[in-house]
Amino acid sequence: MTSPSSKNSRYISSLFVVRKKRGDHLFYGLVIGAAAYTLLMVGLVGFSVTRGSVDIFLAEGIEFVFQSNWNAVEGREAFGAFPYIIGTLLSSAIAMVIGVPISLGIAIFISEIAPPRIGTPLSFITELLAAVPSIIYGLWALFVFRFWVRDLIEKPLYDAFGGYIPFFAKTPFGLDIFTAGIVLAIMIIPIISSICREVMRVVPDSQREAAYSLGATRWETIRMAVFPYVKSGIVGAAMLGLGRAVGETILVTMVIGNVIGPSAIPTSFFSQGQTLASLVANEFNEASSDLHLSALIALGLILLVLTMGINVVARLLVKKKIKASSGAKSQ
Amino acid sequence: MEESMETKEAVPEGDSETRKTSIEKSAEKIKVRIENVNGWYGSKRAIKDVNLDIKEKSVTAFIGPSGCGKTTLLRCLNRMHEMTPGAHADGRVVLDGIDIYDKSIDPVVIRRRIGMVFQKPNPFPTMSIFDNVAAGLRLNGMRNKTIIREIVEESLKNAALWEEVKNQLEQPGMSLSGGQQQRLCIARALAMQPEVLLMDEPTSSLDPIGSSKIEELVRILKDSVTIIIVTHNMQQAARVSDFTAFMYLGDLIEYGLTNQIFMKPEKELTERYISGKFG
Repeated sequence: MTSPSSKNSRYISSLFVVRKKRGDHLFYGLVIGAAAYTLLMVGLVGFSVTRGSVDIFLAEGIEFVFQSNWNAVEGREAFGAFPYIIGTLLSSAIAMVIGVPISLGIAIFISEIAPPRIGTPLSFITELLAAVPSIIYGLWALFVFRFWVRDLIEKPLYDAFGGYIPFFAKTPFGLDIFTAGIVLAIMIIPIISSICREVMRVVPDSQREAAYSLGATRWETIRMAVFPYVKSGIVGAAMLGLGRAVGETILVTMVIGNVIGPSAIPTSFFSQGQTLASLVANEFNEASSDLHLSALIALGLILLVLTMGINVVARLLVKKKIKASSGAKSQ
Repeated sequence: MEESMETKEAVPEGDSETRKTSIEKSAEKIKVRIENVNGWYGSKRAIKDVNLDIKEKSVTAFIGPSGCGKTTLLRCLNRMHEMTPGAHADGRVVLDGIDIYDKSIDPVVIRRRIGMVFQKPNPFPTMSIFDNVAAGLRLNGMRNKTIIREIVEESLKNAALWEEVKNQLEQPGMSLSGGQQQRLCIARALAMQPEVLLMDEPTSSLDPIGSSKIEELVRILKDSVTIIIVTHNMQQAARVSDFTAFMYLGDLIEYGLTNQIFMKPEKELTERYISGKFG
């Protein structure tokens, strides 16, 4: 068509080379910049939180993590994070124990059992719930839900087991770790179930048919063909939910009872408590001394380490599971 | 519903004349009798009033151009069709005198007696070769390890896979080649000791060597199992089957001995399809 010896074609081809390169450079720059942002943020957050908590670790040493006194009065200052670590772990654990099975149930119903005309609107509603800000859940919990928890769940449990099981031995009040755990569960259920449903949808129908063709019932098919396929995805979804529960602030602050000091170490599910995040939220405005501020920032550091630790453990867990059932990823 | 079907049975249709002559030649037992079966996707009728008798311990091939309903018909035979959202079937499929569409019948039980092999090999990816074959047995409550091991070995031998995998039974099923995976799926189905084996284009995703191994297997297996195979490959139908059913746009056009269908079909449509004029 065009003769290769023509002067114009040479111009044109050189133009193309330049333009392509320019576009590529721009693209690379943008993408690398975006990726670098994540590293930069981790670095910055890690740096400022660590630097901010230097003071308190100099004053208290590693004991800060294991002791329970919390006194911000000048001259008698003492800070320890232990009760809030326990409060965080316990409230999140309650949230997981309640939330994960319900989330799985929702996901299984939507993706495996419900006909599309029910499943589709239901999954839409679940996603809608996932988008509700936690302050809304918090307000509702504070003004409505905590009375239900107290009267319908905590009191019966207390009456039945309070005498001999220490976990239930404390007059329920409604604003406590148990309530916080339940409300956290309510908050993370939409997220976990949405992700689980999405993961289950990816399971090829050929897998389900394989199970059906062997005479599996619906439940057996889910157990045999769906679960093994999505195990790692479900663990991932649960970890994402756990991450949100551990770091959730405003909602927990509203319902957990907000005690400080040694009495914040929960002796029962019905103890008032405090989490790392809720204590920071409660006291940040009034932090008068540098040491107090540093102690609060150190709580943030512990929270950061805790979250990362959970993520790493979850990742290792998933990896191990995939290795144990190798081939799960090939297909 | 019941009444109308009975009247239909009483009046032999024109179409079934050919089928009678060729079927009655052999005196073997009829294993599956398909009576007035319709397969629906929503309000679309994908197969229309199909009547067909399947002989015991023979290979019957369903052929026809894509979209003719041959796979749908196959899936109606173990009530797999209705698992597709929005799909349902009506009519009667009589297996050894029992209508599997009867209200009192649990489809799960039917699928335990009628094995199925799919277009694409679908071993369970998280299970080992051994566990794949044992999956159906365990599902049905078999706990005796000795028996499970014996049946797994026997099934793998029957699926002509034993020699290739006997030293790697604990390897994941997905580590096998495509053809081996398909034979693994056949072994998985055979472990349930099915009376009927449905094969839905079992070689369509395999290379020629894998395909010919499956075909060989089909010819051997028919001594013990009634096999119904859907294929888009006419040579394959001619090679492996004793009877052939030709379908077109949801209708069963012609059914008879494979030789007869391929050598001198009675319907012009069959003739044109066989000779490659369409489809």
